[in-house]
Amino acid sequence: MKYIEGFREPRAARALVEKLRLLGQSSLKDGNGVTFMEVCGSHTMAIARYAIREALPEGVALVSGPGCPVCVTPAGYLDAAIELARQGVIMISFGDMLHVPGSRSSLARARAAGGDIRVVYSALDALQIAAAEPQRECVFLAIGFETTTAPVAGLVPLADERKIGNLSLLTSFKTIPPAMDALIADPELRIDGFMCPAHVSAIIGADAYLPYARQHGIPCVVAGFEPLDILLGIEGLLRQIIEGRAEVENQYSRVVTAGGNRRAQVLFQRLLEPEDALWRGLGVIPASGLRLKKAYSSRDAAVRFGVTIGPGVEHAACCCGDVIKGKLNPAACPLFAKVCTPDDPVGPCMVSAEGSCAAAYKFRDIRQHAY
Amino acid sequence: MKPDTVQLGHGGGGRLSRELINMAVVSRFGDGPLRGLPDAATLSANSGEVVFSTDSFVVSPLEFPGGNIGHLAVHGSINDVAVAGGWPRWLSLALILEEGLPFAVLDRVLDAVRDAAAKADVVVATGDTKVVERGKCDGLYINTACIGERVEDWRLDAAAVRPGDVILISGTLGDHGMAIMAARNGMAAGGPVSDCASVYPFVDAALPYAAEVRFMRDPTRGGVAAVLNEMVEGATSAGIEIDETCLPLAPGTQAVADMLGLDPLYAACEGRVLLVCAAGAADAILGAWSKLPGGAQAARLGHVSAEAPLAGLVAALTVTGGRRIVDLPGGEILPRIC
Ligand code: SF4
Repeated sequence: MKYIEGFREPRAARALVEKLRLLGQSSLKDGNGVTFMEVCGSHTMAIARYAIREALPEGVALVSGPGCPVCVTPAGYLDAAIELARQGVIMISFGDMLHVPGSRSSLARARAAGGDIRVVYSALDALQIAAAEPQRECVFLAIGFETTTAPVAGLVPLADERKIGNLSLLTSFKTIPPAMDALIADPELRIDGFMCPAHVSAIIGADAYLPYARQHGIPCVVAGFEPLDILLGIEGLLRQIIEGRAEVENQYSRVVTAGGNRRAQVLFQRLLEPEDALWRGLGVIPASGLRLKKAYSSRDAAVRFGVTIGPGVEHAACCCGDVIKGKLNPAACPLFAKVCTPDDPVGPCMVSAEGSCAAAYKFRDIRQHAY
Repeated sequence: MKPDTVQLGHGGGGRLSRELINMAVVSRFGDGPLRGLPDAATLSANSGEVVFSTDSFVVSPLEFPGGNIGHLAVHGSINDVAVAGGWPRWLSLALILEEGLPFAVLDRVLDAVRDAAAKADVVVATGDTKVVERGKCDGLYINTACIGERVEDWRLDAAAVRPGDVILISGTLGDHGMAIMAARNGMAAGGPVSDCASVYPFVDAALPYAAEVRFMRDPTRGGVAAVLNEMVEGATSAGIEIDETCLPLAPGTQAVADMLGLDPLYAACEGRVLLVCAAGAADAILGAWSKLPGGAQAARLGHVSAEAPLAGLVAALTVTGGRRIVDLPGGEILPRIC
């Protein structure tokens, strides 16, 4: 249990910060700033938590990407979940989803109104809940990227095996690479390097990013979530830029391999198929979602209960879309910290621990405190 | 045959009630002021002023690594009295039992109350027992109140805190909160162990330096982050800077916090004192603490700063050398921890 401390070692971290400063000084002289995107919400969190922006050299900007699964889940999905809760179905969810605003309500409010909504830390808990009340329908709120999709989709064969018939999934699974494609295609965005997700990459493998490096000439580094991982990731990106390279580097080799997790990939192929998916803020991205194949439709809550997931209605002034695309710093949203706070969130980015607005709010660094 | 769980009849005031009181209470606490079960206890205090505090305990699960609700109920109230400058002397003990509670659990909890009270040298002086229908409470709830005698030398006042003062903690952070979270999520083995204990020995060890101690608190719900934020809330010329690179953290607590994505700064302690003192007294107090059982990890958390951008804020210096704000804990979804 002690291995993690090495990646939080203050002396090493500060030495790296100094190294980055020198690197920036020698290479980014003539106002040639670079913008790197951390795609994943857990990176956003860690960057804020360890005040890494404050430690970066001048000319290096980090923008946050669409990698918070809660933030990109459309309001219409929540509306469907709230409706099922109203019908008396047991809704099982990870905690972050409870306070995300749907069109008119949230799951937390549905719970206060008598809805049976259970919060779990592990997808496996859903099996126990469903087994304990066989006469009631149980629906798991199956959102997430590849990392979460693996254990949640894995509930289907497990439930079959244990003959638990009353458990189904309301899916809104999403995959990261199509979202990165969409960002690259956006003419308003300039991304000089991708800090690629840590745990998503453990599933899909570092090679998944080769097209961005080879075809688009964008340097990529897969980095872990500890402060030293992130600093090393930034250093890797900066070096590629200075040396005129565009490659996929894997800083997080203690967890991520080039090919990824074969077992999870086989599971995906067996159970899931791609679908066009609506991302809150980004719109519909072709083949960016995963749904259960027809053969498993009895486990698909949308089929089972005949619900359709519409786009829903989002707060007009919420800028989550631009925040998710890295176009807007959360603090530049007019509602940030004034109307929209973690206790009373307007948009999903303020709810999830991985949301850019929540991270910016919770871990605002001293310079930012003015807002 | 005798039932092995609590029955509704145990609360009816009749023979069964008698049996329960004798078995549960008199056998453990019947020698002091509770002898003969009078309606009220008469106590004789030495000094003029008393310090008085009460707390209710609804923790789930009832038993966790490092203790059970009984330990918690004793320490919770005596610690509140101790950090307010009182010498804890007497406890009240009110039990609300759910029909169906196994006597084996009740016995373990009351043994814990007896042992914790004896170790802390406080007397259970009065009490009450009620039984409620199944489903009306979660196994067992406890309310305790503690009366202590005011210790003359303490001049504790949060308003006396000033820039330059040092913030000390008597041991590792967040162990109780994380032990509960771990127990709830089935990851108790090898994980965090609750720090549940009396803090009075630590308070007493700091007494020789009382003139330089400004303020003490036990950082329970909301953890150290909540106490520090309360200290500087609304302050216009003082803030707090803590050094995140040298927080005392038990490895099991750190591991579970990382796994669940929680910050030990926000997790409850149930056996620690957070003390603010003049810089000159810090080393002496830390030295005295480190000699006490459980005090080896006592540490300096940070200091009170007059730096203008910090006014009214708590900031943490991170491993990268940047600083972030440590906010008041929000209304997070955490289980009942005390
Ligand atoms: S601050 Fe709130 S309203 Fe503004 S973009 Fe973030 S979540 Fe949306």
